[in-house]
Amino acid sequence: MTHARLAAALLEADAVPQPRFAIHRNNVTHSLIKALEEGFPVTRRLVGSDFFTAMARVFVRQHPPRNPLLMLYGIDFPAFLRTFAPAQSLPYLSDLAALEQALRESYHAADATPIPPDAFAALTETHRVTLAPALRLIRSDWPIWSIWTTGGEAPLPPTESTDVVVLRPGFDAIPHPLPAGGGRFLGALLDGQSLGRALSAAPENLDLTAILTLLLHGNGLVSVI
Amino acid sequence: MLPPRPGVGFKPQHFQALLDDPGPVEWLEIHAENYMGDGGRPQAQLRHLAERFPISVHGVGLSIGGESPLDHDHLTRLKQLCDRLQPASFSEHLAWSSHEGIWFNDLLPLPYTDETLTRVAGHVSQTQDRLGRRMLLENPSSYMAFPESDWPEVEFLREICRRTGCGLLLDVNNVQVSGVNIGYDPAAYLASYPIDLVEEIHLGGHRAEVDAAGQPLLIDDHGAPVADPVWQLYAQVLRHGRRPTLIEWDNDVPDWPTLTGEATRAARLMAAS
Repeated sequence: MTHARLAAALLEADAVPQPRFAIHRNNVTHSLIKALEEGFPVTRRLVGSDFFTAMARVFVRQHPPRNPLLMLYGIDFPAFLRTFAPAQSLPYLSDLAALEQALRESYHAADATPIPPDAFAALTETHRVTLAPALRLIRSDWPIWSIWTTGGEAPLPPTESTDVVVLRPGFDAIPHPLPAGGGRFLGALLDGQSLGRALSAAPENLDLTAILTLLLHGNGLVSVI
Repeated sequence: MLPPRPGVGFKPQHFQALLDDPGPVEWLEIHAENYMGDGGRPQAQLRHLAERFPISVHGVGLSIGGESPLDHDHLTRLKQLCDRLQPASFSEHLAWSSHEGIWFNDLLPLPYTDETLTRVAGHVSQTQDRLGRRMLLENPSSYMAFPESDWPEVEFLREICRRTGCGLLLDVNNVQVSGVNIGYDPAAYLASYPIDLVEEIHLGGHRAEVDAAGQPLLIDDHGAPVADPVWQLYAQVLRHGRRPTLIEWDNDVPDWPTLTGEATRAARLMAAS
Protein backbone atom coordinates (compact mmCIF):
# COMPACT_ATOMS: atom_id res chain seq x y z
CA MET A 1 0.00 0.00 0.00
CA THR A 2 1.60 3.26 -1.08
CA HIS A 3 2.08 6.23 1.21
CA ALA A 4 0.09 8.34 -1.24
CA ARG A 5 -2.91 6.09 -0.61
CA LEU A 6 -2.38 6.09 3.16
CA ALA A 7 -1.75 9.84 3.24
CA ALA A 8 -5.10 10.40 1.51
CA ALA A 9 -6.82 8.34 4.19
CA LEU A 10 -5.17 10.45 6.91
CA LEU A 11 -6.51 13.83 5.84
CA GLU A 12 -9.45 13.14 3.56
CA ALA A 13 -12.61 11.19 4.11
CA ASP A 14 -11.26 8.15 2.24
CA ALA A 15 -11.96 4.80 3.81
CA VAL A 16 -9.06 3.63 5.96
CA PRO A 17 -7.24 0.57 4.57
CA GLN A 18 -7.90 -1.34 7.77
CA PRO A 19 -9.91 -0.39 10.86
CA ARG A 20 -6.89 0.12 13.10
CA PHE A 21 -5.40 2.68 10.69
CA ALA A 22 -8.18 4.96 11.96
CA ILE A 23 -6.14 5.32 15.17
CA HIS A 24 -3.48 7.11 13.14
CA ARG A 25 -6.08 9.27 11.41
CA ASN A 26 -7.40 10.32 14.82
CA ASN A 27 -3.87 10.98 16.10
CA VAL A 28 -3.09 13.22 13.14
CA THR A 29 -6.28 15.28 13.35
CA HIS A 30 -6.37 15.57 17.13
CA SER A 31 -2.70 16.41 17.57
CA LEU A 32 -2.86 19.14 14.93
CA ILE A 33 -6.05 20.61 16.41
CA LYS A 34 -4.33 20.54 19.81
CA ALA A 35 -1.36 22.41 18.37
CA LEU A 36 -3.72 25.14 17.15
CA GLU A 37 -5.53 25.24 20.52
CA GLU A 38 -2.20 25.82 22.25
CA GLY A 39 -1.09 28.40 19.70
CA PHE A 40 -4.33 30.42 19.60
CA PRO A 41 -5.73 30.32 23.16
CA VAL A 42 -7.46 33.72 23.10
CA THR A 43 -9.02 33.11 19.69
CA ARG A 44 -10.30 29.83 21.11
CA ARG A 45 -11.71 31.42 24.25
CA LEU A 46 -13.46 34.02 22.17
CA VAL A 47 -15.29 31.58 19.88
CA GLY A 48 -15.69 28.77 22.43
CA SER A 49 -13.90 25.45 22.38
CA ASP A 50 -16.50 23.54 20.32
CA PHE A 51 -16.57 26.15 17.56
CA PHE A 52 -12.76 26.39 17.61
CA THR A 53 -12.35 22.62 17.29
CA ALA A 54 -14.77 22.47 14.36
CA MET A 55 -12.98 25.39 12.69
CA ALA A 56 -9.53 23.89 13.35
CA ARG A 57 -10.66 20.54 11.92
CA VAL A 58 -11.48 22.22 8.61
CA PHE A 59 -8.19 24.16 8.69
CA VAL A 60 -5.92 21.14 9.32
CA ARG A 61 -7.43 19.34 6.32
CA GLN A 62 -6.99 22.36 4.05
CA HIS A 63 -3.62 23.50 5.45
CA PRO A 64 -1.72 20.54 6.92
CA PRO A 65 1.78 21.34 8.23
CA ARG A 66 4.55 21.61 5.63
CA ASN A 67 7.30 20.93 8.17
CA PRO A 68 7.61 19.42 11.67
CA LEU A 69 8.05 22.77 13.50
CA LEU A 70 4.71 22.46 15.23
CA MET A 71 5.35 25.41 17.55
CA LEU A 72 4.82 27.71 14.56
CA TYR A 73 2.08 25.70 12.81
CA GLY A 74 -0.79 27.98 11.90
CA ILE A 75 0.85 30.73 9.87
CA ASP A 76 -2.05 30.38 7.39
CA PHE A 77 -4.68 30.35 10.14
CA PRO A 78 -5.37 34.14 10.18
CA ALA A 79 -5.91 34.21 6.40
CA PHE A 80 -8.11 31.13 6.65
CA LEU A 81 -10.26 32.83 9.30
CA ARG A 82 -10.69 35.87 7.06
CA THR A 83 -12.65 33.77 4.57
CA PHE A 84 -14.11 31.07 6.85
CA ALA A 85 -17.83 31.72 6.37
CA PRO A 86 -19.11 30.60 9.81
CA ALA A 87 -16.74 33.11 11.49
CA GLN A 88 -17.78 36.17 9.47
CA SER A 89 -19.82 37.59 12.35
CA LEU A 90 -16.48 38.14 14.14
CA PRO A 91 -14.61 40.25 11.59
CA TYR A 92 -11.68 40.89 13.97
CA LEU A 93 -11.01 37.18 14.53
CA SER A 94 -8.40 36.97 11.78
CA ASP A 95 -6.38 39.91 13.17
CA LEU A 96 -6.61 38.51 16.69
CA ALA A 97 -5.20 35.21 15.41
CA ALA A 98 -2.48 37.17 13.58
CA LEU A 99 -1.52 38.74 16.91
CA GLU A 100 -1.34 35.31 18.56
CA GLN A 101 0.81 33.96 15.72
CA ALA A 102 3.06 37.04 16.05
CA LEU A 103 3.48 36.31 19.77
CA ARG A 104 4.62 32.73 19.00
CA GLU A 105 7.01 33.90 16.30
CA SER A 106 8.43 36.53 18.61
CA TYR A 107 8.91 33.99 21.42
CA HIS A 108 11.04 31.78 19.16
CA ALA A 109 12.82 34.57 17.24
CA ALA A 110 16.59 35.04 17.32
CA ASP A 111 18.19 36.79 20.28
CA ALA A 112 19.73 40.21 19.65
CA THR A 113 21.58 42.77 21.74
CA PRO A 114 19.70 46.06 22.00
CA ILE A 115 21.51 49.33 21.29
CA PRO A 116 22.85 51.05 24.43
CA PRO A 117 20.88 54.04 25.80
CA ASP A 118 23.55 56.56 24.69
CA ALA A 119 23.27 55.40 21.05
CA PHE A 120 19.55 55.74 21.52
CA ALA A 121 19.93 59.31 22.77
CA ALA A 122 22.08 60.19 19.73
CA LEU A 123 19.47 59.16 17.13
CA THR A 124 18.80 61.73 14.41
CA GLU A 125 16.41 61.82 11.47
CA THR A 126 19.05 60.60 9.00
CA HIS A 127 19.63 57.35 10.89
CA ARG A 128 18.27 54.02 9.81
CA VAL A 129 17.63 51.48 12.53
CA THR A 130 17.50 47.70 12.58
CA LEU A 131 14.59 46.41 14.59
CA ALA A 132 14.88 43.31 16.78
CA PRO A 133 14.15 39.93 15.12
CA ALA A 134 11.54 39.39 17.85
CA LEU A 135 9.63 42.58 16.94
CA ARG A 136 6.32 42.07 15.15
CA LEU A 137 3.93 44.73 13.87
CA ILE A 138 0.25 43.88 13.47
CA ARG A 139 -1.83 46.52 11.75
CA SER A 140 -5.54 46.17 12.22
CA ASP A 141 -8.81 48.04 11.87
CA TRP A 142 -9.99 46.46 15.12
CA PRO A 143 -8.96 46.99 18.76
CA ILE A 144 -7.20 43.62 18.89
CA TRP A 145 -4.88 44.56 21.76
CA SER A 146 -7.95 45.23 23.95
CA ILE A 147 -9.66 42.06 22.74
CA TRP A 148 -6.51 40.04 23.42
CA THR A 149 -6.08 41.63 26.86
CA THR A 150 -9.63 41.00 28.03
CA GLY A 151 -10.06 37.76 26.14
CA GLY A 152 -13.28 39.24 24.84
CA GLU A 153 -14.85 38.77 28.26
CA ALA A 154 -14.84 42.35 29.58
CA PRO A 155 -15.82 45.74 28.15
CA LEU A 156 -13.13 47.00 25.85
CA PRO A 157 -10.96 49.82 27.19
CA PRO A 158 -10.82 52.70 24.70
CA THR A 159 -7.75 52.86 22.46
CA GLU A 160 -6.62 55.66 20.19
CA SER A 161 -5.12 53.27 17.67
CA THR A 162 -5.69 49.69 16.62
CA ASP A 163 -2.11 48.81 15.62
CA VAL A 164 -0.04 46.60 17.90
CA VAL A 165 3.68 46.00 18.29
CA VAL A 166 5.00 42.79 19.85
CA LEU A 167 8.30 43.19 21.71
CA ARG A 168 10.43 40.72 23.64
CA PRO A 169 12.44 42.53 26.30
CA GLY A 170 13.46 39.22 27.93
CA PHE A 171 12.05 35.81 27.12
CA ASP A 172 8.36 36.69 27.06
CA ALA A 173 6.76 38.26 24.00
CA ILE A 174 4.54 41.19 25.02
CA PRO A 175 2.03 43.07 22.85
CA HIS A 176 1.67 46.84 23.19
CA PRO A 177 -0.94 49.13 21.65
CA LEU A 178 0.72 51.76 19.49
CA PRO A 179 -0.10 55.46 19.68
CA ALA A 180 -2.01 56.87 16.71
CA GLY A 181 0.10 56.69 13.54
CA GLY A 182 2.59 54.35 15.19
CA GLY A 183 1.78 51.49 12.84
CA ARG A 184 2.66 53.54 9.78
CA PHE A 185 5.86 54.81 11.40
CA LEU A 186 7.06 51.35 12.48
CA GLY A 187 6.04 49.86 9.15
CA ALA A 188 8.29 52.39 7.40
CA LEU A 189 11.18 51.51 9.72
CA LEU A 190 10.62 47.81 9.01
CA ASP A 191 10.84 48.66 5.29
CA GLY A 192 14.33 50.07 5.96
CA GLN A 193 13.49 53.75 5.70
CA SER A 194 15.36 56.37 7.72
CA LEU A 195 13.85 57.82 10.87
CA GLY A 196 13.10 61.05 9.04
CA ARG A 197 11.29 59.32 6.17
CA ALA A 198 9.38 57.13 8.59
CA LEU A 199 8.31 60.26 10.46
CA SER A 200 7.08 61.89 7.30
CA ALA A 201 5.00 58.78 6.59
CA ALA A 202 3.25 59.19 9.94
CA PRO A 203 0.73 61.87 10.95
CA GLU A 204 2.15 65.08 12.43
CA ASN A 205 0.72 64.44 15.87
CA LEU A 206 2.66 61.15 16.17
CA ASP A 207 3.86 60.64 19.75
CA LEU A 208 7.44 59.78 18.78
CA THR A 209 8.68 59.84 22.36
CA ALA A 210 6.11 57.27 23.40
CA ILE A 211 7.06 54.95 20.53
CA LEU A 212 10.81 55.28 21.07
CA THR A 213 10.35 54.65 24.79
CA LEU A 214 8.39 51.51 24.00
CA LEU A 215 11.15 50.33 21.67
CA LEU A 216 13.89 51.17 24.19
CA HIS A 217 12.21 49.34 27.06
CA GLY A 218 11.22 46.45 24.82
CA ASN A 219 14.73 45.93 23.40
CA GLY A 220 13.26 46.68 19.98
CA LEU A 221 16.26 48.42 18.39
CA VAL A 222 19.40 46.40 17.69
CA SER A 223 21.51 48.66 15.50
CA VAL A 224 21.76 52.16 14.11
CA ILE A 225 23.23 52.90 10.69
CA MET B 1 27.63 8.28 25.12
CA LEU B 2 24.77 8.63 27.59
CA PRO B 3 25.47 7.25 31.09
CA PRO B 4 23.78 3.89 31.89
CA ARG B 5 21.56 5.69 34.38
CA PRO B 6 18.03 7.17 34.43
CA GLY B 7 17.11 10.16 32.31
CA VAL B 8 13.83 11.98 31.63
CA GLY B 9 12.26 13.76 28.71
CA PHE B 10 12.76 17.45 29.50
CA LYS B 11 9.65 19.62 29.81
CA PRO B 12 10.03 23.41 30.21
CA GLN B 13 7.67 23.47 33.21
CA HIS B 14 10.23 21.34 35.11
CA PHE B 15 13.19 23.62 34.39
CA GLN B 16 13.56 25.13 37.88
CA ALA B 17 12.63 21.98 39.83
CA LEU B 18 15.15 20.00 37.78
CA LEU B 19 17.94 22.48 38.51
CA ASP B 20 17.02 22.63 42.20
CA ASP B 21 17.03 18.87 42.65
CA PRO B 22 17.62 16.49 39.75
CA GLY B 23 17.18 13.50 42.07
CA PRO B 24 18.09 10.31 40.20
CA VAL B 25 18.04 12.05 36.81
CA GLU B 26 21.49 12.05 35.20
CA TRP B 27 20.67 12.96 31.61
CA LEU B 28 17.93 14.60 29.57
CA GLU B 29 16.22 13.98 26.28
CA ILE B 30 14.66 16.67 24.10
CA HIS B 31 12.49 16.43 21.03
CA ALA B 32 14.64 17.95 18.32
CA GLU B 33 11.76 19.79 16.63
CA ASN B 34 10.91 21.75 19.79
CA TYR B 35 14.37 23.34 19.67
CA MET B 36 14.49 24.43 16.06
CA GLY B 37 13.44 27.99 16.77
CA ASP B 38 16.03 30.73 16.32
CA GLY B 39 16.35 31.85 19.95
CA GLY B 40 14.46 32.94 23.03
CA ARG B 41 13.70 30.96 26.15
CA PRO B 42 13.77 27.43 24.63
CA GLN B 43 17.30 27.87 23.29
CA ALA B 44 18.51 29.61 26.46
CA GLN B 45 17.14 26.81 28.67
CA LEU B 46 18.70 24.20 26.43
CA ARG B 47 22.13 25.89 26.53
CA HIS B 48 21.90 26.04 30.31
CA LEU B 49 20.92 22.39 30.64
CA ALA B 50 23.53 21.19 28.16
CA GLU B 51 26.25 22.64 30.39
CA ARG B 52 25.00 20.47 33.25
CA PHE B 53 23.60 17.26 31.76
CA PRO B 54 24.36 14.92 28.85
CA ILE B 55 21.64 15.52 26.25
CA SER B 56 19.94 13.05 23.95
CA VAL B 57 18.38 14.61 20.85
CA HIS B 58 15.34 12.59 19.84
CA GLY B 59 13.83 13.44 16.46
CA VAL B 60 10.15 12.93 15.72
CA GLY B 61 9.93 14.55 12.31
CA LEU B 62 12.49 13.11 9.90
CA SER B 63 10.19 10.47 8.37
CA ILE B 64 12.98 7.96 7.90
CA GLY B 65 10.55 5.37 6.55
CA GLY B 66 8.95 7.80 4.11
CA GLU B 67 8.62 7.09 0.40
CA SER B 68 9.52 10.71 -0.26
CA PRO B 69 13.20 11.70 -0.13
CA LEU B 70 14.35 13.00 3.25
CA ASP B 71 13.57 16.69 3.72
CA HIS B 72 16.84 18.55 3.07
CA ASP B 73 15.82 21.58 5.09
CA HIS B 74 14.91 19.40 8.04
CA LEU B 75 18.19 17.50 7.86
CA THR B 76 19.98 20.83 7.85
CA ARG B 77 18.04 21.97 10.92
CA LEU B 78 18.98 18.71 12.67
CA LYS B 79 22.60 19.16 11.74
CA GLN B 80 22.65 22.72 13.05
CA LEU B 81 21.07 21.58 16.33
CA CYS B 82 23.54 18.69 16.74
CA ASP B 83 26.54 20.85 15.79
CA ARG B 84 25.50 23.50 18.29
CA LEU B 85 24.66 21.10 21.10
CA GLN B 86 27.10 18.21 20.54
CA PRO B 87 24.58 15.83 22.12
CA ALA B 88 25.56 12.50 23.65
CA SER B 89 23.10 10.74 21.35
CA PHE B 90 20.79 11.26 18.37
CA SER B 91 17.85 8.97 17.71
CA GLU B 92 14.86 8.73 15.37
CA HIS B 93 11.99 6.35 14.68
CA LEU B 94 11.35 3.42 12.38
CA ALA B 95 8.26 5.13 10.95
CA TRP B 96 7.12 7.63 8.36
CA SER B 97 5.47 10.94 9.14
CA SER B 98 5.49 12.96 5.95
CA HIS B 99 4.60 12.46 2.32
CA GLU B 100 5.14 14.85 -0.60
CA GLY B 101 5.76 17.83 1.63
CA ILE B 102 2.91 17.31 4.09
CA TRP B 103 3.83 16.49 7.68
CA PHE B 104 1.34 14.40 9.64
CA ASN B 105 2.66 14.71 13.22
CA ASP B 106 2.27 10.99 13.85
CA LEU B 107 4.59 8.01 13.64
CA LEU B 108 3.02 5.98 10.86
CA PRO B 109 3.54 2.24 10.38
CA LEU B 110 5.67 0.49 7.77
CA PRO B 111 5.43 -2.95 6.18
CA TYR B 112 8.60 -4.97 6.73
CA THR B 113 9.60 -5.83 3.17
CA ASP B 114 12.88 -5.83 1.24
CA GLU B 115 11.74 -2.61 -0.43
CA THR B 116 11.13 -0.86 2.92
CA LEU B 117 14.44 -2.18 4.23
CA THR B 118 16.40 -0.73 1.31
CA ARG B 119 14.65 2.63 1.65
CA VAL B 120 15.04 2.89 5.44
CA ALA B 121 18.67 1.79 5.36
CA GLY B 122 19.35 4.40 2.68
CA HIS B 123 17.72 7.14 4.75
CA VAL B 124 19.56 6.08 7.92
CA SER B 125 22.88 6.18 6.07
CA GLN B 126 22.04 9.54 4.52
CA THR B 127 21.17 10.93 7.96
CA GLN B 128 24.34 9.61 9.56
CA ASP B 129 26.44 11.03 6.72
CA ARG B 130 24.76 14.43 6.91
CA LEU B 131 24.97 14.69 10.70
CA GLY B 132 28.46 13.20 10.82
CA ARG B 133 27.40 10.95 13.66
CA ARG B 134 25.97 7.53 14.32
CA MET B 135 22.26 7.38 15.11
CA LEU B 136 19.95 5.11 17.06
CA LEU B 137 16.73 3.78 15.53
CA GLU B 138 13.67 3.19 17.72
CA ASN B 139 11.27 0.25 17.36
CA PRO B 140 7.69 1.46 16.74
CA SER B 141 4.49 1.04 18.70
CA SER B 142 2.14 -0.74 16.30
CA TYR B 143 -1.62 -0.92 16.10
CA MET B 144 -1.73 -3.08 12.98
CA ALA B 145 0.43 -5.43 10.97
CA PHE B 146 0.74 -5.38 7.19
CA PRO B 147 -0.04 -8.66 5.40
CA GLU B 148 2.81 -7.96 2.95
CA SER B 149 5.43 -7.90 5.74
CA ASP B 150 7.88 -10.76 5.26
CA TRP B 151 10.50 -9.79 7.84
CA PRO B 152 10.00 -10.18 11.60
CA GLU B 153 10.46 -6.72 13.16
CA VAL B 154 13.47 -7.78 15.21
CA GLU B 155 15.29 -9.19 12.16
CA PHE B 156 14.34 -6.09 10.17
CA LEU B 157 15.95 -3.84 12.80
CA ARG B 158 19.01 -6.08 13.07
CA GLU B 159 19.50 -5.95 9.29
CA ILE B 160 19.22 -2.13 9.20
CA CYS B 161 21.94 -1.96 11.87
CA ARG B 162 24.10 -4.40 9.88
CA ARG B 163 23.76 -2.36 6.67
CA THR B 164 24.17 1.11 8.19
CA GLY B 165 26.15 0.69 11.40
CA CYS B 166 23.42 2.46 13.39
CA GLY B 167 22.48 1.43 16.93
CA LEU B 168 19.09 0.77 18.48
CA LEU B 169 16.86 2.61 20.90
CA LEU B 170 14.71 -0.07 22.53
CA ASP B 171 11.32 1.26 23.61
CA VAL B 172 10.09 -1.42 26.00
CA ASN B 173 6.62 0.13 26.23
CA ASN B 174 6.34 -0.06 22.45
CA VAL B 175 7.14 -3.80 22.63
CA GLN B 176 4.30 -4.30 25.12
CA VAL B 177 1.89 -2.10 23.12
CA SER B 178 2.70 -3.81 19.80
CA GLY B 179 2.64 -7.28 21.36
CA VAL B 180 -0.87 -6.80 22.75
CA ASN B 181 -2.15 -5.01 19.64
CA ILE B 182 -0.73 -7.36 17.03
CA GLY B 183 -0.77 -10.51 19.11
CA TYR B 184 2.77 -11.57 19.90
CA ASP B 185 4.52 -12.40 23.16
CA PRO B 186 6.55 -9.34 24.24
CA ALA B 187 8.93 -11.46 26.34
CA ALA B 188 9.69 -13.72 23.37
CA TYR B 189 10.21 -10.64 21.18
CA LEU B 190 12.75 -9.30 23.68
CA ALA B 191 14.45 -12.69 23.98
CA SER B 192 15.28 -12.46 20.27
CA TYR B 193 16.22 -8.74 20.37
CA PRO B 194 19.85 -7.81 19.65
CA ILE B 195 20.39 -6.20 23.04
CA ASP B 196 24.09 -5.73 22.27
CA LEU B 197 23.06 -3.07 19.72
CA VAL B 198 20.85 -1.22 22.23
CA GLU B 199 22.34 2.05 23.50
CA GLU B 200 19.23 3.56 25.04
CA ILE B 201 15.96 2.33 26.52
CA HIS B 202 12.61 4.14 26.61
CA LEU B 203 9.97 3.48 29.26
CA GLY B 204 6.63 5.25 28.85
CA GLY B 205 2.99 4.91 29.71
CA HIS B 206 0.09 3.68 27.59
CA ARG B 207 -3.69 3.67 27.75
CA ALA B 208 -5.69 0.43 27.68
CA GLU B 209 -8.79 0.34 25.47
CA VAL B 210 -10.91 -2.21 23.65
CA ASP B 211 -11.37 -1.84 19.90
CA ALA B 212 -14.63 -2.05 17.94
CA ALA B 213 -14.13 -5.79 17.45
CA GLY B 214 -13.80 -6.31 21.21
CA GLN B 215 -10.05 -6.88 21.04
CA PRO B 216 -7.67 -5.35 23.62
CA LEU B 217 -6.01 -2.22 22.28
CA LEU B 218 -3.13 -0.33 23.89
CA ILE B 219 -2.64 3.28 22.84
CA ASP B 220 0.94 4.55 23.16
CA ASP B 221 0.04 7.96 24.59
CA HIS B 222 3.03 8.67 26.92
CA GLY B 223 0.44 10.07 29.28
CA ALA B 224 0.61 7.77 32.31
CA PRO B 225 3.03 5.99 34.64
CA VAL B 226 4.95 3.05 33.21
CA ALA B 227 2.70 -0.02 33.39
CA ASP B 228 3.65 -3.05 35.50
CA PRO B 229 4.11 -5.47 32.55
CA VAL B 230 6.54 -2.94 31.06
CA TRP B 231 8.58 -2.81 34.29
CA GLN B 232 8.74 -6.62 34.19
CA LEU B 233 9.96 -6.59 30.59
CA TYR B 234 12.51 -3.91 31.54
CA ALA B 235 13.86 -6.18 34.31
CA GLN B 236 14.19 -8.92 31.67
CA VAL B 237 16.25 -6.58 29.45
CA LEU B 238 18.45 -5.53 32.38
CA ARG B 239 19.72 -9.11 32.69
CA HIS B 240 21.89 -8.25 29.67
CA GLY B 241 23.39 -5.22 31.39
CA ARG B 242 22.43 -1.65 32.24
CA ARG B 243 21.52 0.87 29.57
CA PRO B 244 20.71 4.61 29.67
CA THR B 245 16.98 4.52 30.48
CA LEU B 246 14.51 7.30 29.73
CA ILE B 247 11.19 7.95 31.42
CA GLU B 248 9.06 9.33 28.61
CA TRP B 249 5.97 11.29 29.72
CA ASP B 250 4.78 13.74 27.06
CA ASN B 251 1.05 14.19 27.69
CA ASP B 252 -0.71 15.09 30.94
CA VAL B 253 2.82 15.80 32.15
CA PRO B 254 3.03 15.23 35.93
CA ASP B 255 4.86 17.32 38.52
CA TRP B 256 8.60 16.84 38.95
CA PRO B 257 8.43 14.55 42.02
CA THR B 258 6.07 12.15 40.21
CA LEU B 259 8.37 12.04 37.19
CA THR B 260 11.49 11.49 39.26
CA GLY B 261 9.59 8.80 41.17
CA GLU B 262 9.47 6.82 37.93
CA ALA B 263 13.18 7.48 37.36
CA THR B 264 13.89 6.25 40.90
CA ARG B 265 12.04 3.02 40.15
CA ALA B 266 14.21 2.53 37.05
CA ALA B 267 17.34 3.26 39.11
CA ARG B 268 16.34 0.64 41.70
CA LEU B 269 15.81 -2.00 39.03
CA MET B 270 19.19 -1.12 37.52
CA ALA B 271 20.85 -1.40 40.93
CA ALA B 272 19.22 -4.79 41.49
CA SER B 273 20.33 -6.15 38.12
